[in-house]
Amino acid sequence: MADFWTNYLLPFLIVVGQSFLLIAVLLIVIAYILLADRKIWAAVQIRRGPNVVGPWGLLQSFADLLKFVFKEPMIPSGANKGVFLLAPLITCILALAAWAVIPVNAGWVIADINVGVLYILAVSSLSVYGIIMAGWASNSKYPFLAALRSAAQMVSYEVSIGFVIVCVLLCVGSLNLTAIVEAQNTKYGMLGWYWLPLFPVFVIFYVSALAETNRPPFDLVEAESELVAGFMVEYSSTPYLLFMLGEYVAITTMCALGAIMFLGGWLPPLPYAPFTLVPGVIWFLLKAFFMFFLFAMAKAIVPRYRYDQLMRLGWKVFLPLSLAMVVIVAAVLQFAGLAPK
Amino acid sequence: MTLPDLFFYLYAGVCIASAVMVIVARNPVHAVLFLILVFVNSAGLFMLMGAEFLALILVIVYVGAVAVLFLFVIMMLDIDFKQLRQGFLRYLPFGLTVGVVFLAELLLLAGGWVVRPSVAKNVTAPIPTDVGNTEALGLVLYTTYIHYFQIAGVVLLVSMIGAIVLTMRHRSSVKRQNIAAQNARSPETAIAVRKVTSGQGLREQDSAEWVQ
Repeated sequence: MADFWTNYLLPFLIVVGQSFLLIAVLLIVIAYILLADRKIWAAVQIRRGPNVVGPWGLLQSFADLLKFVFKEPMIPSGANKGVFLLAPLITCILALAAWAVIPVNAGWVIADINVGVLYILAVSSLSVYGIIMAGWASNSKYPFLAALRSAAQMVSYEVSIGFVIVCVLLCVGSLNLTAIVEAQNTKYGMLGWYWLPLFPVFVIFYVSALAETNRPPFDLVEAESELVAGFMVEYSSTPYLLFMLGEYVAITTMCALGAIMFLGGWLPPLPYAPFTLVPGVIWFLLKAFFMFFLFAMAKAIVPRYRYDQLMRLGWKVFLPLSLAMVVIVAAVLQFAGLAPK
Repeated sequence: MTLPDLFFYLYAGVCIASAVMVIVARNPVHAVLFLILVFVNSAGLFMLMGAEFLALILVIVYVGAVAVLFLFVIMMLDIDFKQLRQGFLRYLPFGLTVGVVFLAELLLLAGGWVVRPSVAKNVTAPIPTDVGNTEALGLVLYTTYIHYFQIAGVVLLVSMIGAIVLTMRHRSSVKRQNIAAQNARSPETAIAVRKVTSGQGLREQDSAEWVQ
């Protein structure tokens, strides 16, 4: 019995506790990046943004949460009920599951697995099902069109994100996310992080991440001028909230991934005393927030793409570019003798 | 019973149950969704055997790409279920015959199956402990089996080209866009400023100039 306690129950309880802690922190962070998103958007357009609920509008997201939860959930009579309710759950749970392998500081990770990058790719490729199922189960034209658009868009941009990740992996020599950060730990500080040597790849990653998370200028999925509100037209109340939550969790995942692969994760910008004294998790958060700021600015200043332009960009520009980058990076590493091991 | 055993029965059970549901489900979209559940659970089984790379590749390739296209096609098919069930009784004898023959063959095969006594020793998969799963796979794939690997790549390339050749057709009615020409437009070529005389409007030759 004591064996059972130390081998199974205790590690299980520790993992559950860590997961709850991570989810709680993540949800609070999301409440505030949602507000930051709206505030940045407003500032670019010289508006005030949400400023009524709480001081400077700080409690706006919590008011929205209460509003969504207390609304009446409506299910269209023609909808396929089971799939209709399963879709938002799948979107939200898969988005949260990706955070299991993301290290926020040295050793601060729930599952430090060897194939962490592949895990994130797998989970994000699964998240397209939430959208397709929602579009189909709603039994309505606009959601269905949006779901088809979204599936094509996410599958297209996954290809270029995959090649971008391959470029980084070539430099690291491991699929482990912690190893990716450690490989950027050089004496040059922030100049040794991969954003500088792999700058074109970083740009491709940023744009593909926008497309992968359905952010403007690639929010064709919910293009309100064409599709009313896309695949979530028929959703209200908590199911809608789950979709929105899943979307923002996916955005934070992409920001964290960008911070880990290109901005050195939890490493300080300069390897000297005042910087190294700051806890790594602070640096990680600052970098992830910087990535999110880039996302928010793109939303505020770039007009929406046309669908054929989006597909052209994905297949005819990014795919050849990222493929060429894989070849170039591999060749440089091989011939300069920089390849890991 | 240890924890891996428990997970094995969980994955295997769900796998078989959803495989049955793939056949039994009346709605083809539900059938595909159950098929996806089968894929995900088999990935779980791979994971239990220590093949984490294969498990995640299975999810990325089969679930993330192949099944999405599957679902795509099936959702867009406008299937009339009434028509589908119309010939049920007419085709029943034929289907039954095929089923019975298959079952008989399988039973004959399984009945004559003798398990070699020494096979138990081969069960443990050679999982290397000194290198990672991905690395171990790469070490044999790019050295010992490099030719097979490249031939597989060529076969995939040929089938891709074949699919494109079969489906591509040039229709003259489709208006194609030339992105380079669009980007090369400047205010001089795109805008014409005209002084419109009051009460007269523009003349014919002016408007002809715009349409380029």
